[in-house]
Amino acid sequence: MIKAVMVMNTQGKTRLAKFYEYLPVEKQQELIRGIFAVLCSRAENVSNFIDAESIFGPDSRLVYKHFATLYFVFVFDSSENELAVLDLIQVFVETLDKCFQNVCELDIVFNYSKVHTILDEMIFGGQVVETSSSEIMKAVEEISKLEAASNAITLIPKSASGWRSR
Amino acid sequence: MSGPSLMDSLFQRSLEDLIKGLRQQLIGEQAFISKSLEEIRKEIKSTDLSTKSTALLKLSYLSNLHFHDMSFAVFPALEVLSSPRFSHKKIAYHAILLSFHDSTPILLLITNHLRKDLNSTNEFEVSLALQCLSRIANVDLARDLTPEVFTLLSSNKLYVRKRAVAVVLRVFEKYPDSVRVCFKRLVENLENSDPQILSAVVGVFSELVLKIFSKLAPLEPRLAKRVVEPICDLMRNTGATSLLFECIRTVVTSLSEYESAVRLAVGKVRGFLVDEDPNLKYLGLQALRIVAEKHLWAVAENKEVVIKSLSDADPNIKIESLRLVMAMVSEHNVSEMSRVLVNYALKSDPVFCNEILGSILSTCSRNLYEIIVDFDWYVSLLGEMSRIPHCQMGDEIENQLIDIGLRVKDVRPELVHVARDLLIDPALLGNSFLHGVLSAAAWESGEYVEFSRNPLELMEALLQPRTNLLPPSIRAIYIQSAFKVLVFCLHTCIMQGESIAPSASLDYLPSGVSASASYELFDDFSVENGADATVVHGQTRASAPITEESIVDLLNLVELAFGPLLGSHDVEELGPVSLSAQGKVCLPNGLVLKENLSDLEMICGDIEPSSSNSFSFGNPNEEKDGLSFSSLQIKEDSEQPHESTSLLAEHRKRHGLYYLPLRKSEIISNDYPPANDPTLQGDINDNADHLVKLTAESLVPKRKPNHSKPRPVVVKLDEVNEKPVAMKQPESRDNSLSGAVREVLFGSEDILPTSSQSNLSNSSKRKGKEKQHTDPHVESKESAVGDGNSSSRRRSQGKERRQRSPRKKNDEERKDTVQKEKKNRSGRHKSIQRAEEPLKVPAQTSVIPDFLL
Repeated sequence: MIKAVMVMNTQGKTRLAKFYEYLPVEKQQELIRGIFAVLCSRAENVSNFIDAESIFGPDSRLVYKHFATLYFVFVFDSSENELAVLDLIQVFVETLDKCFQNVCELDIVFNYSKVHTILDEMIFGGQVVETSSSEIMKAVEEISKLEAASNAITLIPKSASGWRSR
Repeated sequence: MSGPSLMDSLFQRSLEDLIKGLRQQLIGEQAFISKSLEEIRKEIKSTDLSTKSTALLKLSYLSNLHFHDMSFAVFPALEVLSSPRFSHKKIAYHAILLSFHDSTPILLLITNHLRKDLNSTNEFEVSLALQCLSRIANVDLARDLTPEVFTLLSSNKLYVRKRAVAVVLRVFEKYPDSVRVCFKRLVENLENSDPQILSAVVGVFSELVLKIFSKLAPLEPRLAKRVVEPICDLMRNTGATSLLFECIRTVVTSLSEYESAVRLAVGKVRGFLVDEDPNLKYLGLQALRIVAEKHLWAVAENKEVVIKSLSDADPNIKIESLRLVMAMVSEHNVSEMSRVLVNYALKSDPVFCNEILGSILSTCSRNLYEIIVDFDWYVSLLGEMSRIPHCQMGDEIENQLIDIGLRVKDVRPELVHVARDLLIDPALLGNSFLHGVLSAAAWESGEYVEFSRNPLELMEALLQPRTNLLPPSIRAIYIQSAFKVLVFCLHTCIMQGESIAPSASLDYLPSGVSASASYELFDDFSVENGADATVVHGQTRASAPITEESIVDLLNLVELAFGPLLGSHDVEELGPVSLSAQGKVCLPNGLVLKENLSDLEMICGDIEPSSSNSFSFGNPNEEKDGLSFSSLQIKEDSEQPHESTSLLAEHRKRHGLYYLPLRKSEIISNDYPPANDPTLQGDINDNADHLVKLTAESLVPKRKPNHSKPRPVVVKLDEVNEKPVAMKQPESRDNSLSGAVREVLFGSEDILPTSSQSNLSNSSKRKGKEKQHTDPHVESKESAVGDGNSSSRRRSQGKERRQRSPRKKNDEERKDTVQKEKKNRSGRHKSIQRAEEPLKVPAQTSVIPDFLL
């Protein structure tokens, strides 16, 4: 099963963090810091694996991929195959790309809900349920439509920016 | 429209505003966050659901990415959850996923909401609820919602069914009785033709089996046979690297008995090893390491690549190849290999250097230095390793130096020589990592000074001025060793001379040294004289004859070095203690000092003291102890030592179990079997690399080692037996879950699912039953794998996933249950494979229930 998914930038700021086992927020912060410390000391053309046992406990492995200014980090246990998880990261990034057209870090920053939605479509409770980025996109689009529909009932926008845009 | 709340809600910041505001940082991030948190707290109490949900969303964001605690929002989250709007529900579920956990107090209040959403017609709502359930389920929730999950397992929407299956495991875990309800549906899903459902179901099964049955279920050996062929085919034909890797891993971990499969796998691994991609290289090395345990030939075939990888840029790869190289070390090539590895270490960065040194140290010391034949060389290697600039293995080296000194008598001369080299070098004194090594060196030079070639030199080394830099504990050892050396020199000198009267030599003693201390020293070795004179004299290898002048020099040196110490507060003078003062010391209760020891006669009887050739480790101390004991009763000086040693000897005879061996009784025989695996085969591929040639030498089996001198004797002291690792009891919830599954499978058994005792009969019964559990679905898998009619279609649609047991028993006889199934990420689904390790526990047969056939 997948234990955690993280996206952080090269300065160490977390852009996305999802833990599939409950951890208190301080522990989460600690873990992310630990991983960042290891990641920034990795050279460019080395393998994408890190031994995560000292950070995450026994039976955990870590796979990361560096895209532009972001590190995509997946932590999983021995039931998953490293190369397969690498492929999974690829699928995730492709889906993000399809969703945001030439995705960059800012897209992830400003679209907190949507990114989580995408991730939830791919990994459900630690298990991978979908590996086709087109399928994921379809589901995400439907969800967004539903959300928009349910919000359209209000005629008066409740947020300041909505008010201004009127 | 109440004034304030409308105004507030009109101007509520949305999440976007929050993020933008954070990034602008007009007032600094922390201040902005605290302001926002205050706003959120106010907004979240609002009665308007939209306001609340936006506040909740903002809070989730802050909690997730800025790690703020959001536990105060538990109730509001529930309130938002009750909203009919999908967007609100989504936000609420998200917040719940972030902040709720097993011990959140109001978890139960969710039950109804979940139930409503699970029954909703909107598949996304259902999915949200399922996801929530999968993460926060506890016993009550699981129990209450089992019926809903059960319904969903047979939902006609694929989307929902997939997720229901994924949730099922968690529900099972928490509430084992749900197994009774859901299991059948779950199994039905196994027969579903959709690959995604199938993979989800198999995932659940694998985890189930893994977590609960991994220690108990015997495995179907027939399955391995069936599966080998398809896996080999896959390996030959597949284009997907990840699938190939999965197959390789399967073969090397659990199908390692099948030679042809292993060969094929190793061939593919070779392909990985020479690939440019560092990922593949690393994984190849890892796979090779797993193979190496049983099939060293595989490593031998690839050794050039392995050795080249030692200098790869990637630290992971370097460490893996180091481990592989250590696996190839044997007694024939250990010295050359170590030489080459040390050279590598000198050239590497500190971390890797220490890795190399650490692995050399641990390999060589394994099993009481099993692979070392030439201890002289090894000891000098230890000395050399200490000198390597980055070396941080000082403690381990210290331990080994002392350990070898204790166990291997013949190496002591060399040991003293190495110690002398270490002690003489003033540069080493400053290196804090080496203090351990230096203390070991000092101790050994004192202890085995009789083997030294030049004790005077030793003395100078021990007393050099820069020893002031050492920490006190190490300095203490230096001082003690210095005295030992001094005693030895005096003694030798006296033996040589015979003309110097004992009293005259006292004049040479500087006044700084307290008189009683010198008396004690003198008394000691005047007694020793008789016993050890011949022994020591015979072994003195002093190249510089110890003359009167040299003794004078020595003593002057000692005075110079230790004089200032006497004045310092660290050192206390050993003054004489008068009898009356001794009398004033109150004895602890129960300690009777003056009792007649004739009672010991009963135990010991009449025994002659053992000869002086016996194991010298115990004797000098014994005599000294006897002496210090007798110093309280000065009258009985001469008789006491004899008596105590004889009593001791007799006691030792009766209660030998508790003593160190007197003789070298546990001798490792000189022609011990070759340390390397007799299964090593392989041609010697010669190339420029020295190491390659060396590893090749280790491969010829059964060749008698030709050594110029026989391996010295290594004494095995009575080790404390390691406590056998306690067998892990399966947790009680596992018992209950397994019990529940068993019940489902076998219906009418009266097995209580909640028994948490695992006595032997239970576990053996369970073994049989669990085997049955794996058996049926193994059967169903087999039918999928085999050449059945419709199964060829299934075969092409299934997945393979590999699981390894997280908990391994310490029993080496048993391998763990491994079930494999793989999910192919890139959408190229091929065959379903499942490989399982045969366990040595014999399978019990029993009836397979109908509905599973």
